[in-house]
Amino acid sequence: MDSPPEIQAVYEAHDLTKVYHMGEVSVHALRGVDIHLYEKELIVLLGHSGSGKSTLLNILGGLDIPSSGEVFYRGNRMSDFSESELTRYRREHVGFVFQFYNLIPSLTARENVALVTEIANDPMKPEDALALVDLDERMDHFPSQMSGGEQQRVAIARAIAKQPDVLLCDEPTGALDLETGIMVLEAIDNVNRELGTTTAVITHNSVISDMAHRVIRLRDGQIESIVENEEVKPADQLNW
Amino acid sequence: MRALERKMIRDLLHMKGQAVAIASVIACGLAVFVGAQSTLWSLKSARDAYYERNRFSHVFSSLKRAPNPVAERALEIPGVRRVDDRIVKGVTLDVPGLTEPATAKLISYPDRGEPTLNEIHLLVGRHADPLRTGEVVAEEAFATEHGFRPGDTVDAVMNGRLQTLTIVGICLSPEYITTIQGGSLWPDDRRFAIFWMPRRQMEAAFEMEGAFNDLALSIVPGANEAEVVRRVDRLLAPYGGLGAIGRDLHLSHRFVSDELKQLQTMSVIPPSIFLGVAAFLLNVALRRLLTLQREQIAALKAFGYSSREISVHYVSLVGLIIAAGSLVGCLLGTWMGRSMTEMYAEFYRFPTTLFHVDYRVLFAGCALTFSAGCIGVLAAVRSAVRIQPAEAMRPEPPPNYEPSLIERLGWHRILPQAPRMILRELTRRPAKAIMTTLGIAFACAILIVGNFGKDAVDFLIDFQFGLQERQDASISFYEAVPARAISSMRHIEGIEAIESFRAVPARIRFSQFSRQTSLQGLGPKRELFRLLNTDGEEVDLPPDGLVLSAALARILHLEVGDRVRIEVLEGERVVREAPVVGLVDDFAGTSAYMDIRALNRLLREPPVISGAWISIREGAEESVFRELKETPVVAGVTLQRIAVEGFMDSFAENLLRMRLFNVTFACVIAIGVVYNSARVALSERGRELATLRVIGFTRGEVSTILLGELAFLTALAIPAGFAIGYGLCRFISTALETELYRIPLVLNPPTFAFAALVVVGATILSSLLVRRGIDHLDMVAVLKSRE
Ligand SMILES: Nc1ncnc2c1ncn2[C@@H]1O[C@H](COP(=O)(O)OP(=O)(O)O)[C@@H](O)[C@H]1O
Ligand SMILES: [Mg+2]
Repeated sequence: MDSPPEIQAVYEAHDLTKVYHMGEVSVHALRGVDIHLYEKELIVLLGHSGSGKSTLLNILGGLDIPSSGEVFYRGNRMSDFSESELTRYRREHVGFVFQFYNLIPSLTARENVALVTEIANDPMKPEDALALVDLDERMDHFPSQMSGGEQQRVAIARAIAKQPDVLLCDEPTGALDLETGIMVLEAIDNVNRELGTTTAVITHNSVISDMAHRVIRLRDGQIESIVENEEVKPADQLNW
Repeated sequence: MRALERKMIRDLLHMKGQAVAIASVIACGLAVFVGAQSTLWSLKSARDAYYERNRFSHVFSSLKRAPNPVAERALEIPGVRRVDDRIVKGVTLDVPGLTEPATAKLISYPDRGEPTLNEIHLLVGRHADPLRTGEVVAEEAFATEHGFRPGDTVDAVMNGRLQTLTIVGICLSPEYITTIQGGSLWPDDRRFAIFWMPRRQMEAAFEMEGAFNDLALSIVPGANEAEVVRRVDRLLAPYGGLGAIGRDLHLSHRFVSDELKQLQTMSVIPPSIFLGVAAFLLNVALRRLLTLQREQIAALKAFGYSSREISVHYVSLVGLIIAAGSLVGCLLGTWMGRSMTEMYAEFYRFPTTLFHVDYRVLFAGCALTFSAGCIGVLAAVRSAVRIQPAEAMRPEPPPNYEPSLIERLGWHRILPQAPRMILRELTRRPAKAIMTTLGIAFACAILIVGNFGKDAVDFLIDFQFGLQERQDASISFYEAVPARAISSMRHIEGIEAIESFRAVPARIRFSQFSRQTSLQGLGPKRELFRLLNTDGEEVDLPPDGLVLSAALARILHLEVGDRVRIEVLEGERVVREAPVVGLVDDFAGTSAYMDIRALNRLLREPPVISGAWISIREGAEESVFRELKETPVVAGVTLQRIAVEGFMDSFAENLLRMRLFNVTFACVIAIGVVYNSARVALSERGRELATLRVIGFTRGEVSTILLGELAFLTALAIPAGFAIGYGLCRFISTALETELYRIPLVLNPPTFAFAALVVVGATILSSLLVRRGIDHLDMVAVLKSRE
């Protein structure tokens, strides 16, 4: 393995492909992707819309299965996971932040977070997680009573509250204005620094890449480049 | 409470209108089931306990006269457990306040101690004193009808002598849970009494010392009843035995059993409809919810909720609706059962308070409801949670609007906008449209079934008393009299027409099948009493041979042309053979008919008659009855029509109550289906409708598109409901057919009109409810949200 011995690879993916069949046409979302994610690192996935970023992240998060190729999570082959092992993997190890927040509309912010902490192994209190994203004031509001940025922060609190091993964020700032975007990124950055959570963030905004340890660029379902940042900037110092 | 449970409660509250509608349908179905079943079990257990406690006999036989030791010989028949010999006599009563004569059956009762079988249950007063003349205990129905209390008296013609009877007690008897006379379909409690009199007094009054003329037997469990019946017949034949019968031919027992059979049918058919409709509604509502919550399901899976946990979540939501419906259904059913049992208590008299709810019935009902409700949703839930979370994150592809049949036919060019949209929507999802139509159709069908009973009974009464038995009264003689006796009656002032008949009890046998019945000889001129087919056509009575009720022919497994053996059960008990020359397809009974002269010939007797039918000039009834009472040969006069009218009065009240239930239930179904469909349509098409509003459609126009669809489906559903209702009635009429009667399949136009009206009303009501939702359509929110 090409990883330095002192840093363990959290994910190792080999030659991943993903083909979607839609009637007559097949869409090749991934065409042979090799990727490693290391302990405690923050990577940014860049690429145009449709380049396969979400597909890749979903496969890592156990939300989707590749058409071919293999993914190892801490040395375990994920294609060997049974349905219940996959569920346990998602429950105990992964925090997911979706582009469209995916909050449960009938639950308040606190309850949305509790939904996850109730089934996790060693969770934070929902209140503490919400405080981390600066939302302690709005805990009892329903999603429909919150702005997009606030909803996204609830989604982040929900993802980090279970203290996951990996945090996977799919365009967490995609639908947000600049200021809220920064707040959300700060929250993610904080979790990575303070809890040492391995983090992958998808964006198509290359400015965000300055806060990452590594930047991986996808194009047409393939890895175009992997760039290691010498200097990692905190989110509030990014040049927008 | 866990967050997932909170979500479930809030989801439920969000769809509360639909939840209430569905729960109501469930509640109705379960209520009918619980009501009918608990009534069934209450009646059954009351009857069985009563039979057990009062030692109701299994085999019954009347005879002319036998010395007492003969009864002891009956005990030697294998399988017989107990024997009770009695004296039973018919007498004519002169009841104060009743112009027409009434008849009473006098039954002997042991002078001291209990009888071995058929013990009476004394309600008030005391047993009759064997040492005092004329004391009797009266059956409750007759006593109540006339307000008799212990101490009251009534005059009777006993064995030709006038005697005053004193009622000293009022009782019930397991032999007369309902007091129906042979040959009648309805009880006539005003004109038919049953009295128990001490044996010693009976012996004296009827010169029956040391003899009996009625035998009751009980058999040991597992004994061969048919064999016992045969042996009893053989034993009693020399003593004028009239043929033994088992409980299955015992009138009171048979009526109660038929009623239980009807309750059984009733506890199955309507609940099946309700639960079927409820399962459909649950399915539609849940599928919609699952579609709306696709992304939520995906998110839950992404957070690590297992498919099982998510399935449980949705199934619990459905379960809560079912549970709420079940709870209300059980309560409502208990109440219904109580009120139905009260109703039955007016016709069937038991000594104990009847109603009790059997927990097994509640349990079975709930189990049935839950399985019906869950079957429909399990598949939907399973396929919804099986989906890969990543897949579910993507909104469902937009519905496929291919050019529909209407477009291809080019109809859309001639249709205005709104009907076009409606038709397109319907043809796009025909299965759902069909199910919705079916649901509404069933509401309509339930209403038709609900009124079917009344239509059928009305028809039967019209048929029987308007066409078939047009006499005002029928007279029976103590014994056969020469045919010319009738000419003296012809002169009674007020009698307009008179037709005589001959009737003999007989057993008709064909190969191994046999049946005891009354063989009736009818005169050539039949205007008062006619032999009619169910279609009202008059049946010919050939100069020779038998014409049988079609039901009797079925029991005997014979066809026209077969020869039967006729064993006459009175007089010299002759045995003859005769061909069956015709069948009469009638509604009630198992009679056999012959030309009166042919019957006299067959019996090798002179021209004699057993009774006569008369028609009376209006207003002359009282004087005619008075005169008849004084005619010595007249044993009794029956007025079936009057009896039936009295019976119908109380029956009508109960019908009204049942009808109220039915209308409520049908409304619940109709509103449930229509409201639910409209809600789902509103949710599915909210965006589209809001868009229409934004681009300038009025509320009215938007409502027309959504509700027009329902109006259209309702219009389709009504004729479909008529057809289903008709089919159900046909099924019910066959299912409820018994030996005693066949239910004609008659449905009157008002029944259809009423059903259609209620369904339309329910549709309008639920449209108004949904219309409020359309009026409050939030255009901005709907358009902003992503879907
Ligand atoms: N469930 C799906 N069915 C069909 N095509 C899909 C599906 N998911 C993604 N795709 C296609 O795969 C390609 C990659 O999609 P995605 O990974 O979402 O791209 P990105 O996140 O980089 O914008 C796109 O062309 C997209 O249309
Ligand atoms: Mg994407």
